[in-house]
Amino acid sequence: MSGASPARDAAPASAMTRRRWLALLGLLPLAAAAIPVLEFLDRRRRPGSQRPVGGFHRGYFPNPLLRTHDDERVRLYDDLLRGKTVLIHFFHVDCRDALCTVATENLVQLQRLLGERCGRDVFMYSFTLAPDRDTPARLRRHRETHKVGPGWTFLTGTASDLELCRVRFGITDPDPVLDREPTQHTNVLLLGNEPHERWLASPAVVGARFLLSQLDRVAGVKV
Amino acid sequence: MAGWRQRLAETARRNRVELVNSGLTRRDLLQLGLLTSTGYLVTKLGLSTRAAGAGGAPKSPATTPWVEELPVPPIASAVDVASLGTTPRQELDLASGERGRSTPHQHWGLYDPAAADHYLIENRVTLTSWHRELPLDPCWCFNGTFPGPRIHARHGRPVLVRFRNQLPGLDQHVGYGRPTPSTHVHGGHNASESDGHPLDTIEPGTFKDHLLLNRRAGFTDPAYGLGGDPRETLTTLWYHDHCLGFSAQNVYRGNLGLYHLFNEFDTGDENDPSPTAWRLPSGDFDVPLVLHDRVFDPDGKGFFDLFDLDGILGDTFTVNGKIQPFLRVARRKYRFRMLNAGPSRCYDCSLSNQQSLVQLTRDGNLLPLPLTVDHVRLAVGDRVDVIVDFSRLPSGTRLYLVNCCAQADGRGPTGRPRPPALGQKLLQFVVDGSLDTKGDPSRVPDRFFDLPPVDPGDVATERTFVFDRTSGGWGVNGKPFDPDLIMARPRSGTAEIWNFVNNSSRWAYAVHVPLEAHQVLAWNGQAPAADDAAREDAVWLGPGDSVKTFRRFRDFVGRYVTHGRDLVHSDHALMFQWKVEP
Repeated sequence: MSGASPARDAAPASAMTRRRWLALLGLLPLAAAAIPVLEFLDRRRRPGSQRPVGGFHRGYFPNPLLRTHDDERVRLYDDLLRGKTVLIHFFHVDCRDALCTVATENLVQLQRLLGERCGRDVFMYSFTLAPDRDTPARLRRHRETHKVGPGWTFLTGTASDLELCRVRFGITDPDPVLDREPTQHTNVLLLGNEPHERWLASPAVVGARFLLSQLDRVAGVKV
Repeated sequence: MAGWRQRLAETARRNRVELVNSGLTRRDLLQLGLLTSTGYLVTKLGLSTRAAGAGGAPKSPATTPWVEELPVPPIASAVDVASLGTTPRQELDLASGERGRSTPHQHWGLYDPAAADHYLIENRVTLTSWHRELPLDPCWCFNGTFPGPRIHARHGRPVLVRFRNQLPGLDQHVGYGRPTPSTHVHGGHNASESDGHPLDTIEPGTFKDHLLLNRRAGFTDPAYGLGGDPRETLTTLWYHDHCLGFSAQNVYRGNLGLYHLFNEFDTGDENDPSPTAWRLPSGDFDVPLVLHDRVFDPDGKGFFDLFDLDGILGDTFTVNGKIQPFLRVARRKYRFRMLNAGPSRCYDCSLSNQQSLVQLTRDGNLLPLPLTVDHVRLAVGDRVDVIVDFSRLPSGTRLYLVNCCAQADGRGPTGRPRPPALGQKLLQFVVDGSLDTKGDPSRVPDRFFDLPPVDPGDVATERTFVFDRTSGGWGVNGKPFDPDLIMARPRSGTAEIWNFVNNSSRWAYAVHVPLEAHQVLAWNGQAPAADDAAREDAVWLGPGDSVKTFRRFRDFVGRYVTHGRDLVHSDHALMFQWKVEP
């Protein structure tokens, strides 16, 4: 085992200096203390396994119970993702900055371009970044304000479930402080073809026509 | 020992995942004892090299290092034009199955089939062995090898490559990658329609002809004649997929190969009696080293994290498609052509015995004179040719090519390089006296070419491109990539000043500009040091950096793209389009 470890470790065992050993020893209590805390957080936030062995399907995507703008209960994987081509968007109702406005306008325009395909071949989902404030009723009003048609579902739920969705979709920032800011995540869309594991990320502010062609590329339509 | 390490690594990986997941503040972390007041304790031992993604990439299965020999990709064999099946045509040959361009080949008159080399390069499913202890991994490789074959070309002699797509159909393929490549010969001076624009993709079952004239820049300028400006000589190029939105995935799937350009000085023959020949190490002693870090899933199959949008860092290091291989070397000089094939890692390479290297090129362009250095840095897509002299080492010596770049995530290198003893060992050299040849005929010249002049009088305009990340989305001058948007329209035959600004305080990356190499006029307002002057096809942008460059637009018209060379970022629209107008 140790013979193989240089493959990936920063320093092979033979290069272990006294100082590094001391540093390791210094980490002992830390590691011991960290494991239970992290296991607790892990259970709380990560039902299901971490990374797929058999691809990005069930087992990668969690399956929490979410609530739609119509206050229906849906499962993330079973009801929203499995077997579908989807567009994933994170937002919150109170976001009024120019970027959020442009993103919403683009998606409204995209839905218009999709026409009947939306809700049949392609499903659009907007997940709230502020689940405590954005109740189903609020999402419904937001939807009506923007004259959103069928096939585009707005989703809320418990804070930890929404957080889990965001992290699994990779809509994160490596800086933990920025990662906590909802405003840091409103310009990313994921376009995915779940059965084919074909996923693409895109800024939300790209034009609707280009978004449509990107969706087609993900769906497998020849463009 | 191993148990300890694994446990610590696991802890560190989870820590990082939880930093992202839990929304804990710095203060919370301090209270939990996961962070010291000076920074992240959890990354102190470099444990974060395993934690590539927000969700935490799997640990790749362990493999025994230095048990497999370094593979060297074959030199592509030119084929008879008749064996291409259909004769290459200037206009798109739709009826024969050609796709991926809408405009005719430029300078078709300079292509004489009798005085050109033709290659048929097929993109096909290839079961790749990254290590004998891992199962075969289904990849997409050019002519069935990773890296794809080396095309050996020569300045002045055109090459026509028919890239044929034999990949499975969109409806059949499951997994990362999109089987609709557009192949870009990176670093070349080529026409737009043969440059692998991200939108010029071809479906399975179709092909595209790339006409690569191999003329140096300036060949339409009467001052230089059809040979072009010798100071614009190109050396080590590579070809790779550039499919819009999927290039990182497709290159990771195996879509890359090498394209080496020779000339009357760099003749590719160390015994060349020609008086102009430099006689650099050649043949078996001219060895490409393609650096590519990967992640393998617990079954040992290549794993691409589709939901790591920051940039993919592998925990396993491959060279020419093998994990930590060895190379037996004779006691003499070698030319190594190093390429960082990404997807996101930067390399800073040294030799473990602290021996110096002689650097010949940067970004595939010859430096004005060879430089003796103790390390070479390669951002994604960079090529650096070096000479390593093993002649003074006793037979049996083992030494390593080591990556000393410290990097924890897709944001770029962190701080100073590590000492070689703490670096990542990539390749083992075994000095083997039984391979010694009679003497070493190779030489390294004192000088290559002067840099071409920078003439302010030729500058038609100055443009500034600000690269930024806003609310998780990338953009240039506030705009993400849009195929309908042309951000600059330089006129052919002119020169321009292009300023590149990195508006982010946290992200660092190289930005690639095709068509012609540029010269840096100023880094953050300071002129580069004399020995740092070079021709480059990429600009390295550290956080907050501002770089002023001089570039010419010659010989070809049409659209090109400039993009962040972390392929994951460029797939997420860190890219803009420009068009050379007649």
